[in-house]
Amino acid sequence: MTFFLQMLVTGIVVGSIYGLVALGFVLIYRASGALNLANGEFVIIGPYICLVLMTAYKIPFILSLVITLIFSAILGLVVERLVIRPIQNAPVVSVIMATIGLSSLLGGAVHMLWGHQTRTFPQVFPSTPINFSGLIITPVYLWSFIVVIVLLLLFSLFFKFSKMGIAMRAVADDRQAALSMGISVKFVYAATWAIASVVAAVGGVLLGNINGLSPTMAAIGLTVLPVVILGGLDSVLGAIVGGFIIGILQNMAGGYLDPLIGGGLKEVAPFIVVLLILMLKPYGLFGSRGIERV
Amino acid sequence: MLQVNNIEAVYSKIILALKGMSLHVPEGKIVALLGSNGAGKSTTLKAISGLLSGDGGQITDGTIEFEGEKINNITPDIIVRKGIFLCMEGRRVFGDLTVEENLMAGAYTRKNRTTIKDDMEKIYVYFPKLKALQHRKAGFLSGGEQQMLAIGRGIMAKPKLLLLDEPSLGIAPLLVKEIFQNIKQINQEEGTSILVVEQNANVALSIADYGYIMESGRVVMQGNADILLSNEEVREHYLGMGKDGEKNYKENKMYRRRQRLVW
Repeated sequence: MTFFLQMLVTGIVVGSIYGLVALGFVLIYRASGALNLANGEFVIIGPYICLVLMTAYKIPFILSLVITLIFSAILGLVVERLVIRPIQNAPVVSVIMATIGLSSLLGGAVHMLWGHQTRTFPQVFPSTPINFSGLIITPVYLWSFIVVIVLLLLFSLFFKFSKMGIAMRAVADDRQAALSMGISVKFVYAATWAIASVVAAVGGVLLGNINGLSPTMAAIGLTVLPVVILGGLDSVLGAIVGGFIIGILQNMAGGYLDPLIGGGLKEVAPFIVVLLILMLKPYGLFGSRGIERV
Repeated sequence: MLQVNNIEAVYSKIILALKGMSLHVPEGKIVALLGSNGAGKSTTLKAISGLLSGDGGQITDGTIEFEGEKINNITPDIIVRKGIFLCMEGRRVFGDLTVEENLMAGAYTRKNRTTIKDDMEKIYVYFPKLKALQHRKAGFLSGGEQQMLAIGRGIMAKPKLLLLDEPSLGIAPLLVKEIFQNIKQINQEEGTSILVVEQNANVALSIADYGYIMESGRVVMQGNADILLSNEEVREHYLGMGKDGEKNYKENKMYRRRQRLVW
């Protein structure tokens, strides 16, 4: 039973980070209808910056994090301005292609600047595990979970009540009509990329603190793809729920099935489940199929 | 207030949609812009509100002045801030947003955000049906309710001039009357000037002060609404109320052709 709970808790924590990274996907998909396949690179660039600031310049964690987030926002804005805006009227496939190119470029830059070996973050969170009556949780997991939940809550409030959040949803819904409201679509796109990039960086820093940091971590971009497809590409709630489901499934498969068949199922399990769910719900769990008027 | 002088609009650099279109909207009045399909009515509204470039069009000649200031080729968000708001053809409400959020989106450009709640209540007074639906997704509303929402969304921006593109499109005749009464009421109570484009000439002229009739990209006739309503040619060709009852299609076609040649 403790083993089950342990797997569940780990799954929830990892899942919450998946949810956060998936949110970056969803935001960009909603705004421009394109998948940002460079999302994985956005996830690793942030933590590298943070790590360098902490180790080379001896800046405390919180301050490094703030600088990292500012940098990530700027990175998002630059990418939007230089890569996305020139082709914003091109077919969606072109935009997706451009993000594949961007992913190679950024991935290459990471290799060039920081090499390929795994680096570990300096101790940020205390290492003594907290013992909840037999259930052992490391503080890093606990903090990650709290940070993600707070962020996700803030985002749902932002989209529900703030002027900018409503404008972003309006643009996602009908770009031309949003323009006629006086909403500057350019500004909304830029803000979307900045926010998506920041969200990815937060997810990356948390993951880096848990697992250490290496360029291969960019593969999370692919791991998260089942999450967004499962939750529905355009649903914020879907990203969060999808993240939890995939996180838990992955850990359960890793804990119970891998020892039986000799491993490897942890990576495959999410995709199998996504396949099954998509057969029943082609738009994902919470994806909108568009309101058709007859 | 709004002065459109001889504008020429071109789509894709090749299709001439407006050929010397002029009109004037005086402060606090309702002006109707009538005409058949493809006459250039919607293009005129898009030209005024700066949305032409989104459709691959541009103004190649002439000027549009609003309160004495030239506004051609300014981006739509600045034009909305100057006080011109277009309710687009086909309602175009944000289907995934609730009624309330749609109204909030309309208020996007407002600087004074403290009175937004009060104004929202005011819209529920104009359109009581929306009150009960305020937390419903706009995509699930009926056509008439969506049109009310589209107009309400316009009022939330507190425009000085409201442009309405075919508010009667696809709406039950009984509801059309109601919506036009609401438009009249908004004009009187808010003092908003209104330029309304319509195919349903009858209902539009019933609330308008002045009317323009367009054919193939230019104005072919204009006058006070009551004069247009009683004009024999207008009655026959645009209101479908010829004196001999039976209308001759060929004759009508010839008439339109003559109108185009006048210029």
